[in-house]
Amino acid sequence: MIKTFKFTILTLITFALFASPAISDEFTKKDLERWQAEFMTAVKQGEKLFHSSLGRNTVSCDMCHPNATNTHPETYPKFQKQLGKVVGLREMINWCIINPLEGDALKMDDPRMIALEAYITYERRGVKLDPGKH
Amino acid sequence: MKKGISRRNFLKATGIIGAAAASPLSLVEFSWGKGSEENFTVAHISDSHLTFINGNEFVRNFDKGLKRAVTEVNFMRPKPDFVIFGGDLAQLGKREEIDHGLEIMSKLRYPIRWVIGEHDYYLDLGKYWEEKVSKLHYSFDHKGVHFIVLNSILTYDDWMFNKWKSPEERMSQMARLDNPQGSPFMVKDKQIAWMKEDLSKVSKDTPVVVLSHSPLYKIFKPWNFWTEDAEKVQAVLKPFKKVTVLHGHVHQILYNQIGNITFQAMMSTAWPWPYPVSYAQAKNAVPKLTVFMNRAAPHSERDATGWSMININNGRVINDFRLWENTNRTLKYDEKLGYPVDEKYQNPENRIPPQEHY
Ligand SMILES: [Fe+2]
Ligand SMILES: [Fe+2]
Repeated sequence: MIKTFKFTILTLITFALFASPAISDEFTKKDLERWQAEFMTAVKQGEKLFHSSLGRNTVSCDMCHPNATNTHPETYPKFQKQLGKVVGLREMINWCIINPLEGDALKMDDPRMIALEAYITYERRGVKLDPGKH
Repeated sequence: MKKGISRRNFLKATGIIGAAAASPLSLVEFSWGKGSEENFTVAHISDSHLTFINGNEFVRNFDKGLKRAVTEVNFMRPKPDFVIFGGDLAQLGKREEIDHGLEIMSKLRYPIRWVIGEHDYYLDLGKYWEEKVSKLHYSFDHKGVHFIVLNSILTYDDWMFNKWKSPEERMSQMARLDNPQGSPFMVKDKQIAWMKEDLSKVSKDTPVVVLSHSPLYKIFKPWNFWTEDAEKVQAVLKPFKKVTVLHGHVHQILYNQIGNITFQAMMSTAWPWPYPVSYAQAKNAVPKLTVFMNRAAPHSERDATGWSMININNGRVINDFRLWENTNRTLKYDEKLGYPVDEKYQNPENRIPPQEHY
């Protein structure tokens, strides 16, 4: 076991010494720009969803949360009285879709859910994490 | 109450105050001050945002808010002399929504004084409202107080007439509060000139109450908690001794004093709005004087919503917020301090955790 581990380390060091700079843990300015653009695409899509009808009664998220205020993504996970347990932000997004918007819950990995989360957290950028806060 | 004898003092002097106090009607309604300036009570309902879905379906939650306010105002004591509606009856200015609103409001047993909001205006620029509901700006006198009703949600001509493909598009753009393509509210010179002319016939010691939809001062431009030409309006009101502006639009408890003018916002019957201090990406000018409403808890539909009982007492407003899921609040102008104070919470020591917004 220990032997195998030592061997692995040795292999890695050797690899690091002789490999070209294009190994996976290096990235360029161009990469950064692309990743940022991908993220902002999700933010833009989230902004659109946030201002559209996601349920059956034409009500949209922004009607109560302009610029996603009072969503407090920095405070999750936290205890939510109406759900009776500690939940993440996505569960609260679904709570709003089901109740005030009278719609159906999104899957946790639905691209629309991710986009909503991207927009909500982006509007709150720079605020320090404060999990559990009320 | 400087000159003359008030009814209250008269009653006291004649020893029948006990009998009067025992009556179910508050003494406030009976006493009056100098000249013809009497004390009276009105109700203020605002921002119901009735939303048409289709057929005869409307958003249930918002219907419930307005209906509840109407029922409560009908039972309120002392009875109001009239009811003010502060604007945003509809959500997208649709005829269905305005008709629906008129039907619910017709259950009120008292006359209504209407103020128009941007959600009522930007589909047809107030045409249907003027036909069916009310004039857009007007004035009237009531028991010695001069009331001015403004259409404060106008905006630049170019935005209003040229920018959008259709009236529906213009309406939905204005309906989005956090719209980066929005345009600031204005009273505009023509209406300001009318106001000046109207007030030229009013003595400077007559109490003036201005009813508008937008706050007639500048708090936060990105959400139109803002009137672009507020300074011009304030200048017209400056020579008057007692001036109060009662406005809607902000869906929250918000009050301020600028010079001689007291500003007070009314709650919405539909939903509360966050304070601009909660938006981390932009500066705001939320008045330091305001003790915030309790933070809305979304598991209750009627949280941080309600209406107001307004006592006009010696030309000053005492505002009793009737809050459905929160402790009622009372705002009263303090003659010594020269600004309105919350009876219970103005002292920072008395504030409670939900009044801290972040
Ligand atoms: Fe409103
Ligand atoms: Fe409004």
